[in-house]
Amino acid sequence: MGNLEKTARALNTSTPAKIKGSTENPSVLSSAPNAIVPAVDIAGVSKSFINVSKKGDDKVQALDHVSLRVEQGEFFALLGPNGAGKTTLISILAGLTKADSGTAKIMGFDTVREYRDARTNLGVVPQELVFDPFFTVRETLELQAKYYGVKNASAWIDEILENLDLTSKANANMRALSGGMKRRVLVGQALVHKPPVIVLDEPTAGVDVELRQNLWSFVKRLNGEGHTIILTTHYLEEAEALCSRVAMLKGGKVVALDTTANLLRGMSGITVQISADAVPPAWASRGGIQASGAQGYTLSGYGELEQLLADYRAANIAVKEMKLGEADLEQAFLKLTSKEAA
Amino acid sequence: MNDVSTSSPTIATSAQIRKSSSPILGPGFKALFYKECLRFWKVAFQTVVAPVVTTLLYLLIFSHALSEHVKVYGGKISYVEFLVPGLIMMAVLQNAFANSSSSMIQSKMMRNLIFILLPPITSLEIFCAYVFGAMARGLTVGVAMWLLTLPFVPWHALVPDNALWVIAFAFGGTWVMGTLGLIAGIWSEKFDHLAVFQNFIIMPLTFLAGTFYSIQTLPAFWQKISHVNPFFYMIDGFRYGFFGVSDVSPWISLGVVTFFMTLLTIVAMRMLVTGYKLRQ
Repeated sequence: MGNLEKTARALNTSTPAKIKGSTENPSVLSSAPNAIVPAVDIAGVSKSFINVSKKGDDKVQALDHVSLRVEQGEFFALLGPNGAGKTTLISILAGLTKADSGTAKIMGFDTVREYRDARTNLGVVPQELVFDPFFTVRETLELQAKYYGVKNASAWIDEILENLDLTSKANANMRALSGGMKRRVLVGQALVHKPPVIVLDEPTAGVDVELRQNLWSFVKRLNGEGHTIILTTHYLEEAEALCSRVAMLKGGKVVALDTTANLLRGMSGITVQISADAVPPAWASRGGIQASGAQGYTLSGYGELEQLLADYRAANIAVKEMKLGEADLEQAFLKLTSKEAA
Repeated sequence: MNDVSTSSPTIATSAQIRKSSSPILGPGFKALFYKECLRFWKVAFQTVVAPVVTTLLYLLIFSHALSEHVKVYGGKISYVEFLVPGLIMMAVLQNAFANSSSSMIQSKMMRNLIFILLPPITSLEIFCAYVFGAMARGLTVGVAMWLLTLPFVPWHALVPDNALWVIAFAFGGTWVMGTLGLIAGIWSEKFDHLAVFQNFIIMPLTFLAGTFYSIQTLPAFWQKISHVNPFFYMIDGFRYGFFGVSDVSPWISLGVVTFFMTLLTIVAMRMLVTGYKLRQ
């Protein structure tokens, strides 16, 4: 692997195509897709934080030997409850946090040793709604492009503004923007240097439905054009609709890593909620009271559902209301994360 | 620097591996330096005009109230001639410190420091951008003040005898203060911390640096104290450039300034390279 990688990179360096001012910077290395190099390669990454409090110092293991590989062109989701370590993992990829052990690579570049090349190939949309109140939207994007050494970015910035529905706000000060607009500027900032790998940390938090759709169609287009997309989200239906592969994190560990289809197949059951005055004795231990007050069951399939309803009838319990649910990522998520806790 | 500039504005060709550029001070430095200057220039009323007005008030009040009472260097030069360069330098130093320190603490408090932590900008580039930005603000204030004091004082008080000394101390002094501001900004975790730094270290040291008096008029004990104040050397050396008289040799002052430039640069660079309070 190491040798192959070197070869691939050596090949790239020898193709100084399309370089403007090539004496200074061999910028674009290759236009051929680099199938050998994963977009993101995380190997055995651990990180702990010390929480200082009055009761004494508390060590929190944010990441525990996490290994993940995301291939180029994937649309990948990173799921997990709050405090699972998603943002820590992204911070390590972005060089904002240093791992205690393990390595992380972006397009084959080590995020510590080759941090400049790694960062050049990465765009991050941070979770926090941050902005610089000194500048307008356009200035913010232009500055960000310049930080990455992108010259003459105005056409691309126009396109970003257009796609993120911000054209009319281009010359507005960042302070004057709503939360959703600030979020979209953050997305724009992550794209100014056209990074091959784009990480979005909870990008749709606080963005209304219509804009969420716009954002996703833009991100899907970027993915279609070869960008690798990594997404963390609390909206599981988003991951289900968009992502081809999913990693689930809990307590700093990867508890599942599979294609979305496989994870859903593993959840081939159905859920049913039944409102009634009593529960048939045979099912007493299987069900659980839902928030709605109804009994909830997870069943292997429709055969079992028939059995369940027959038992209700046999026990003379009238079913007042019944709701059926198909398997979704949320169930897979709950199942996997609760299994881990048990 | 890359194909973004030459290719069509579509993103079809964009998902390619890129290499960052590698000159010592590359595009990241230029952009960040430009941002640091734009930041203070956008609020120039607050960052340039206000300190100039304040210092002019000092000049008017002190020159009227004290010119008959304070004799400097045995009466070889008038009090106003003595006061003007010191006041200019004091404002230059304070503003250089204010620029890098407030820029850094604001970026930290607003959490937008991430915008410069994500791109491939080196520690040296960050250091130079912040320090040169601070120097730009300090020197802008200095030049503005020099021009505005022209109508108020005899012209020969404002024409340096030796401009080289003036330039050397202006650059050295603002470098020291810009670097100190950067260190203070990185170290501070909230605005209060920075205020402590500013009110209990920077203000007393600049005011007790012989701006308003020659330390030769002080009792021996206070003369000794003044000699451990680095600000004294910056102001004394700067003043030497204007009229060729100073409390200590300008070469000694230059040595002290160079020493602090080196020391603080090492400390600030160390903080940036290790990510002290910036990267966890």
